[in-house]
Amino acid sequence: MTRHLVVIAAGLSNPSTTSLLGERIADAVTAQVGGRGESVSVEYIELRDLAVNLAHAMTTGGLPDPVLDQVKRTVSAADGLIAVTPVFKASYTGLFKSFFDVLDQDALVDMPVLIGATAGTPRHSLVLDYALRPLFTYMHATVLPTGVFAATEDFGADGSELERRINRAAGELATAMVSTQTGVAGFMQEGLGAGPVPADQGGASSSVGGARRQSGTELKPAVTDFTTLLRGHDGS
Amino acid sequence: MQFGIFSVGDVTTDPTNGTTPTEGRRIQAMTKYALKAEEVGLDVFATGEHHNPPFVPSSPTTHLGYLAAQTTNLKFSTATTLITTNDPVKIAEDYAFLQHISGGRVDLTMGRGNTGPVYPWFGKDIRDGIPLAIENYHLLRKLWREPVVNWSGKFRTPLQNYTSTPAPLDGVPPFVWHGSIRSTEIAEQAAYYGDGFFHNNIFWNIEHTAQMVNLYRQRFEHYGHGSADQAIVGLGGQVFAASTEAEAKRIFRPYFDNAPVYGHGPSMEDFTRATPLTVGTVDQIIERYLGYADQVGDFQRLLFLTDHAGLPEEMVLEQIEILGKEIVPVLRTEFERRRPAHVPSDPPTHASLVAQGPDSPHLKVTNAVVPDSTNDDAAHTQGVAR
Repeated sequence: MTRHLVVIAAGLSNPSTTSLLGERIADAVTAQVGGRGESVSVEYIELRDLAVNLAHAMTTGGLPDPVLDQVKRTVSAADGLIAVTPVFKASYTGLFKSFFDVLDQDALVDMPVLIGATAGTPRHSLVLDYALRPLFTYMHATVLPTGVFAATEDFGADGSELERRINRAAGELATAMVSTQTGVAGFMQEGLGAGPVPADQGGASSSVGGARRQSGTELKPAVTDFTTLLRGHDGS
Repeated sequence: MQFGIFSVGDVTTDPTNGTTPTEGRRIQAMTKYALKAEEVGLDVFATGEHHNPPFVPSSPTTHLGYLAAQTTNLKFSTATTLITTNDPVKIAEDYAFLQHISGGRVDLTMGRGNTGPVYPWFGKDIRDGIPLAIENYHLLRKLWREPVVNWSGKFRTPLQNYTSTPAPLDGVPPFVWHGSIRSTEIAEQAAYYGDGFFHNNIFWNIEHTAQMVNLYRQRFEHYGHGSADQAIVGLGGQVFAASTEAEAKRIFRPYFDNAPVYGHGPSMEDFTRATPLTVGTVDQIIERYLGYADQVGDFQRLLFLTDHAGLPEEMVLEQIEILGKEIVPVLRTEFERRRPAHVPSDPPTHASLVAQGPDSPHLKVTNAVVPDSTNDDAAHTQGVAR
């Protein structure tokens, strides 16, 4: 079964160091998933190309945009995510945050996410843990323990240190992407230990397991019956 | 089929000359637009309800009562009535009174409101938006249908031996629409009671609108109110007409580019592609709007937003005139031409509801028929029908 990996890069220049880092991590993940007997398809999303769409989504209060909708579906349907951003003014870029601001509240539920950042100086390295990690935790993603931070000087070093971090992080993501659901659904509390079931890929009607993830680009397929909605509100 | 206009009542600077109307001037302008709507043969004027600047219409029944006194045929609705933050007891009184003095020309469209602080200003919590809409509306139905109401809910003071006055005109409550852009619970609510569903789609693509409307239609049938294509559907519209497309775009563009909501964002060309906004000739507008029946099915009400973005009075009056004299007559004929005989043309009116007689499902608080096989609550639901 092919696993789908999505790389979201918020680099602004072309070529972009950030995109380069994202590709390098993706290659490592592909190799490690391969080592676990599965194949990977990788899709790259350059947020720079979506900058105008994101600005319009912000200022119009979410005017539907077919391009953004397609990206949202791709992201929520992934088995794993690599999110990389340059560090601007001590945090992720505004472009990076804008993208996650327009996602549905439940777009990344239970999604394994590998976080990465690039910066001009290693003094920014904690940005992964004070900025990116809380963002994805808020979205109920599964943020992997190892993040990959690359300062400019890392690209001129002998490379073994950065490579070691990339491989460790890639191993964590690969393991998360190939892990299979364990336990018997009926005996588990919702969302506990269950593998992701992307809502847009037909798993939407299930309330057992991690089925809460949804891109928000379609109506929720299952409506709540009105007698249930009215319960406790009919004045009796 | 009913055609009309709705206003959100925004006070917005005219970007072409920098003038801003006073609140008083804006209120008088809304009055002129409603009177113009009747003059040119439109069916409906609907007013928004807002409780924060730059909007003026905070007191819809005051305004609609004044308008009812100056018109004879025009019907009135709301766009929307805030079922979340208004006390349903006061809505029941105000609109029953308005129905009496207007001679049965009023219906309402329920909405939740999306301005966060309005909720706490009225003692409510926006996170309760859906439960407030559900509970308050159920109480409103009882107030209009039961001579004496005893009520104990989650959101307001309980009622013991309460009688809402005046009772609805002819004992028949006003018809109600439920407006929602994205909340499937509200489409479900409209379907459950057999009420109308209004999708104000002016900022949305027609594919999304069709999804919401079709959901409402399926559930309307599910609850036993008729076939899906007989459900009562209303849509919004936004147009600007001139003798040529280039002329329409030239005049409207500065207003578009500076408009609240979408100004300083997408280009007018992108926005018109994505939404029902149509800026062009009468024929272009007619063709675009006729096409919507292919997407959402034959529907019953179409309300255009004509006064916004700082458009000057004379320009709005001219647009209402073009709507009434040139666009709507063709839409009326063409929509009827394609409508199957079993699909109602008009939404229920006071007269048509009175004609249904004392056994009308409209007179029951709960009138859904839930199929036994699909829901454990079927017996309960039918049992509480009053």
